[in-house]
Amino acid sequence: MKNESIKIFQKKKQAVLEKWIHIQSQDQILNNDLITNEDLRIQSEELLFAFIDNLSDSNIDNAESRDFESVVDILSSISISRAKQGYSPRETGNYIYSLKEALLSTLSEEIKDPATLYAQSMIINKLLDSFSTSTFETFIKGREDVIFRQTDEITQISTPVIRLWDGILALPIIGTLDSSRTQVVMESLLQEIVETGSSIAILDISGVPAVDSLVAQHLIKTVSATRLMGAECIISGIRPEIAQTVVHLGIDLSTIITKATLASALKTAFIMLNLEVNKKQRVK
Amino acid sequence: MEKIPILRMGHFLLVTIQVDLYDQLAENLEADLVSMVSKTNAKGVLIDVSSVSIIDSFMGRILGNIATMSKIMDADTVVVGMQPAVAITLVELGLPLKGVYTALNVERGMELLRSKILLEEEDQEEENDDDTDSTE
Repeated sequence: MKNESIKIFQKKKQAVLEKWIHIQSQDQILNNDLITNEDLRIQSEELLFAFIDNLSDSNIDNAESRDFESVVDILSSISISRAKQGYSPRETGNYIYSLKEALLSTLSEEIKDPATLYAQSMIINKLLDSFSTSTFETFIKGREDVIFRQTDEITQISTPVIRLWDGILALPIIGTLDSSRTQVVMESLLQEIVETGSSIAILDISGVPAVDSLVAQHLIKTVSATRLMGAECIISGIRPEIAQTVVHLGIDLSTIITKATLASALKTAFIMLNLEVNKKQRVK
Repeated sequence: MEKIPILRMGHFLLVTIQVDLYDQLAENLEADLVSMVSKTNAKGVLIDVSSVSIIDSFMGRILGNIATMSKIMDADTVVVGMQPAVAITLVELGLPLKGVYTALNVERGMELLRSKILLEEEDQEEENDDDTDSTE
């Protein structure tokens, strides 16, 4: 015997869809600009029909069933795209809850016996709840993907290696230096040294808010690695507060060439490369 | 048995390591190199590691040893062409190879060695000048 609600849903497919769209349109007055009504309709239709078509006696009480794979796929793609479009969690949640509302109200219209109605409603309720949980999971995952991508971008953007002069590289560091960032800084700097054949690298730390012993250790590591490559490393942009903390912490930076400003570091680099920069003589 | 060739070029010894070193090979290189330094009276040793992709702590120590041994036999050691990944590994292993000169490529390495020899010769000349002055 076929479950009663399945029969009803299959018969009333179109009516459920209309109801669902109606509930959504009432809900989402605020967000009409994020998705057009037509798109929403196509999206909802696809999901609803996939759900009803895959519904059967064997799986109605089991949301993990393989029959629902296509439904879950559609749900995930909807929630991921919503996460990227900037929907709020409430809106994404309401999308599924409004489907539940539409399904349950259809059931209450069709089933007259209160006991059967209750039993059927509970089954549908449970099934839809588990779908909404998985929707939330993917929604949050979609958001996390966005965050990871942005973190990656920030790390990439924040460590540009600049060619200051022929044979002189500069690397302004902005933000706190942690282990993973030091790794990126070191790798990009060393790679650039190989590519450009530069013999001097200037690390400018004026954008580093604080230098503790760990940051100092990272700096020393970078300098040592640069030396192993056969280039010299100058650290510039040491602010008075940084000088104070370094000395108070008892960190030994005496093996490293340090300068207060990028300008003086560049001057030192010129001297090391036997370069001279002169003001042009005015022709009289 | 494999052997790393040591080439003589004027005052310098040239070693290019083309294979990944294993421990025995590295130890042999150390011994060969030191005996070559004493035999040829070399003033500088240039070790090219540009095609070495793996250096472990043992290899790092051997490189350091070679530099120190050559130094006490009056020859400077330059390690050239280290790959970025290798440099990072050595630093992470806590082996910054103090006392070893480094250069970006063979050309720069030779320049560095030549400048060292020039400096030494100048020093000696100055000393000689001093000697002649004092005898006059």
